[in-house]
Amino acid sequence: MPSRSKLIPGLLAVAAVMFAAAPFLIDAAPYEASMGLIQRIFYYHVPSAIVMFLSAFVCGIASAVYMAKRSPGADATAVSAAELVVVFGLIVLVTGPIWARKAWGVWWQWDARLTSALVLWLIFVSYMMLRRFAGAGSEMLAAAVGVFGMANVPFVYWSVNVWRTIHPNTNVVKSLSPEMRLPFAWCAVAFLILYVALLLTRLRLERSQMALEAAYAEIED
Amino acid sequence: MGFLQTVWTIARKDLVIEARSRELAYTTLFFAVSVVLVFSFSFVVEGVALTDAASGILWVAIAFSGTLALGRTFERERQADTLKALLLSPVERPAIYLGKLAGVLLLMLVVEAVVAPVVGLLFQAPIGRAPLLLVGLLMAGTLGFAAVGTLFAAMLIRAQSRDVLLPVLLYPITVPLVIAGVRGTAAILAVEPNLAVAQAWLSMLVFFDAVFVTLALWVFGPVMGE
Repeated sequence: MPSRSKLIPGLLAVAAVMFAAAPFLIDAAPYEASMGLIQRIFYYHVPSAIVMFLSAFVCGIASAVYMAKRSPGADATAVSAAELVVVFGLIVLVTGPIWARKAWGVWWQWDARLTSALVLWLIFVSYMMLRRFAGAGSEMLAAAVGVFGMANVPFVYWSVNVWRTIHPNTNVVKSLSPEMRLPFAWCAVAFLILYVALLLTRLRLERSQMALEAAYAEIED
Repeated sequence: MGFLQTVWTIARKDLVIEARSRELAYTTLFFAVSVVLVFSFSFVVEGVALTDAASGILWVAIAFSGTLALGRTFERERQADTLKALLLSPVERPAIYLGKLAGVLLLMLVVEAVVAPVVGLLFQAPIGRAPLLLVGLLMAGTLGFAAVGTLFAAMLIRAQSRDVLLPVLLYPITVPLVIAGVRGTAAILAVEPNLAVAQAWLSMLVFFDAVFVTLALWVFGPVMGE
């Protein structure tokens, strides 16, 4: 597919330009009064978290589709999305404590949202372990974990409102000053484009692997 | 044979095996009590248990011993390939799932009936303060844990390294249940008990149970191979 092969480098180029421009936009935004420089990690932390949750949903829906229809494409999508949950989750879990050190004075708090983000990340790490170590037929088992992982996401997202918490409220994005909104939106879009590009790349790899395995099977027959 | 009758037949099969060997009941129970003992070394300072330690230890013992029971229950089915026979028999998949779940649930509840008083005894926890609420929390939490555990243990039966993968998959997914169970029990056992909070956690556990059991019923069929 020539269109697909041009799409991925195109997306990557757009993401690269946007990420290169992001520091200038963030620099132009005003300093937050109490947090100063460290507040700026927010422009990377929150978009990564958005992409992490989005990817968890992509994995869960693809897993459910695979379970219902058994299409190899859905399974490839699920495994690609699960890997990206782990990657972007790592960014969230590294940038979060750096911010927390300044804001709360500690690296980690057993706050509801932190805990649940960590739990979500662990679910998808266990998903990857299952695929890696369970041997033949692990696709269907992994799909079950993907579905349960997605079912846990609402518990994660609404936990902030159910449990008492010290994490900034979900309304913080709405309360941003207009000068901060532009770099935030810019970074969010950049992360989304990067996510789509990575997902498509990973899917292409998965498809190639499937084709390779099919070719091997054909030779052996 | 009706649906419920099938469920009961499968559960009774497991319970009869267990009643004759008593292997799982003895080993799981002993393990749970050992876990309580090991934790007491960390959480009892100068003869007094730390705040909320009792409820935490109780639920950790339940989760650990439950994992042991789940693994062993399905190891039995694997050794003689009897799960395959069960799956080949002309009964609905959800009935098989619910039958296995009922067997595991009963076993875990028996273990809890012993472990909860032991925790109460060793940590001076007033477990008789709101007995119905405590039993409700234990039953709802165990149901959710066993529901996810039965599904995962069943689907891992043909997988490699299933012994390590079961806890690896089970614990992160059952975290909401464990949090609700521990916080609810702690609200009952605290020096100043707050039964309204315990009730709120109980209703949350019932909600989790509904979600997890529904999902597991839907997933069990495709996962076990149609």
